[in-house]
Amino acid sequence: MSKSVSLIIASLLLASPALAQEKKATPRNYGIGQVATPAQIAGWDIDVRPDGAGAPPGKGSVKDGEKIYLEKCAACHGEFGESAGRWPQLAQGKGTLASHDPVKTVGSYFPYLSSVFDYVRRAMPFGDAQSLSNDELYAVVAFVLNLNDIVDDKFVLSRETWSQVKMPNENGFYDDDREKAEKAFWNSKPCMKDCRPPVRITGHAAVIDVTPDDKTPRTGGVE
Amino acid sequence: MTDEVDSANPTRRRFMAGAAGLAAAGVASTAQADPKNLPPNVAGWSKTLGDGVAVRPYGHPSKFEKDVIRRDVQWLTASRESSVSFTPLHELDGIITPNGLCFERHHSGIAEVDPNDYRLIIHGLVDKPLIFTLEDIKRLPRVNRIYFLECAANSGMEWRGAQLNGCQYTHGMIHTVQYTGVPLKLLLEQAGVKSNGKWLLVEGGDASGLDRSLPLSKALDDCLVAYRQNGEMLRPEQGYPVRLVVPGWQGNIWIKWLRRIEVGDKRWYTREETAKYTDLMENGKARKFTFVMDAKSVITSPSPQMPVKRKGFQVISGLAWSGRGKIKRVDVSLDGGRNWRTARIDGPVLDKCCVRFYAEAEWNGEPWLLQSRAMDDTGYVQPSKDDLRKIRGVNSIYHNNGIQTWALKSSGEVENVEVG
Repeated sequence: MSKSVSLIIASLLLASPALAQEKKATPRNYGIGQVATPAQIAGWDIDVRPDGAGAPPGKGSVKDGEKIYLEKCAACHGEFGESAGRWPQLAQGKGTLASHDPVKTVGSYFPYLSSVFDYVRRAMPFGDAQSLSNDELYAVVAFVLNLNDIVDDKFVLSRETWSQVKMPNENGFYDDDREKAEKAFWNSKPCMKDCRPPVRITGHAAVIDVTPDDKTPRTGGVE
Repeated sequence: MTDEVDSANPTRRRFMAGAAGLAAAGVASTAQADPKNLPPNVAGWSKTLGDGVAVRPYGHPSKFEKDVIRRDVQWLTASRESSVSFTPLHELDGIITPNGLCFERHHSGIAEVDPNDYRLIIHGLVDKPLIFTLEDIKRLPRVNRIYFLECAANSGMEWRGAQLNGCQYTHGMIHTVQYTGVPLKLLLEQAGVKSNGKWLLVEGGDASGLDRSLPLSKALDDCLVAYRQNGEMLRPEQGYPVRLVVPGWQGNIWIKWLRRIEVGDKRWYTREETAKYTDLMENGKARKFTFVMDAKSVITSPSPQMPVKRKGFQVISGLAWSGRGKIKRVDVSLDGGRNWRTARIDGPVLDKCCVRFYAEAEWNGEPWLLQSRAMDDTGYVQPSKDDLRKIRGVNSIYHNNGIQTWALKSSGEVENVEVG
């Protein structure tokens, strides 16, 4: 065999695994699982995106929402969204995000209407999830927006008015940048000896000790 | 936890020694032994019959281990249904967390799903929407993988300074088990993802319906649809009968009671990835989709709930993990980070999994400032808390992977401290 021919054969042999990889293998169909019907999917498909995709038919006014809110939400979230006890606060908090005590609410922090709407639709009222009708859902979300001065008293929320809602903190977020912003933490040779001046203790957990006392009887889980 | 964290107004409690009180009473104090059970006497259990087989059809730990339990912190959250309990890391060794001790984080309590009525729907941008029963999922080819699962808010109460006295509370939102499940890639292949599919909405079947956006690239890489932990079926607290496993990523996206996967072309921006699980920086802007859990470690013994009882030889023991890969090395310091020695890793070193490390030292009552520092195979080195705060401030709640300091006092008591 000539040298050039054997080289060609060798290169073909080397190339063949790469070729096999390029040709996408057809995934095996195991014939397990049934086709999901549109009705099955519709019953569970309750997610809503920022562009309103997934929002159900229906509508609700701020005024109607107030009644529902006072009946079903205010016990935990407070009449004005100020929070009762330690439940999440829904309103106020504007201008606090850069402070020592940031208050994250629908008005001060949530970036999209859908982030509120999708959550209320699936998880609220707490302990009675997915119990609101579509109209009630639109109404109660409209009222929470109104508590945050995002919509006026006459506003009616629906798919048609969805895009009119502008959330104040929509531009308050940016994608994970740790690999750039925290690049200094990638350090193949961390210091092993005399790495810093003598160390002193600057704070004790014991000073503000909040470690649970396991012997304290509980007064009840829900507050 | 994370929701409703009331870190600004912790209930002030009297100094509770608890386990640490053992040490405060004296270095050498140990539980009293009963002389009638000690040689040359012969103990009762050496003379009489014990329980027969199947008297304990599902075995439990010894009655003498009754304090090795999950615990919660009542003031953290408004209700136990949306709350967290912590793994007792100080009582464990090796890397595997026993199923009954895996920390819990529920948003609307534990859903009790009947396995006969369990269904998983895959739909959206797929060729063929599918619905699977549990039996279907169990018939598919399966794999076994050991991964850590850490809540993004683990150590979240410590941003403003040392607060909770015990590694159960400061670091206990983590567990490591072996999962058995079907690669998510294989399930998606059965439905056939369309070429414009880029993100998945993954959703739980509990009363919070927790939903998150998962990039398709991660789903095809190493995610599992799991139904077993450490060999047995998932515990209800961990999403029985089916949960999502998202190796190395924050626990919130490991959807429990998984009921639905929708393929879409962009992110959903659900409440759990906007109002929660975003990291607020000092300037009032927040990082979003910070999925990966960075390298972190903690000394589990000695620690505030595991004081030193005797002078002399000590084994310092801890856990280290990284969501970016394998742990490459762990260093331990006895002087608050001035000088370091490399610890010995014992047991398996796996991708996106905890390792167990040990360092040995003589202690003669001098004060120690114990620290551990993890490195992973991407070259990432666990930073000090101050280095983290310089970049992130103290408002971010999530992703606190700073180096923990335990102060060992001459009494043998150990305290959670900050150093400068």
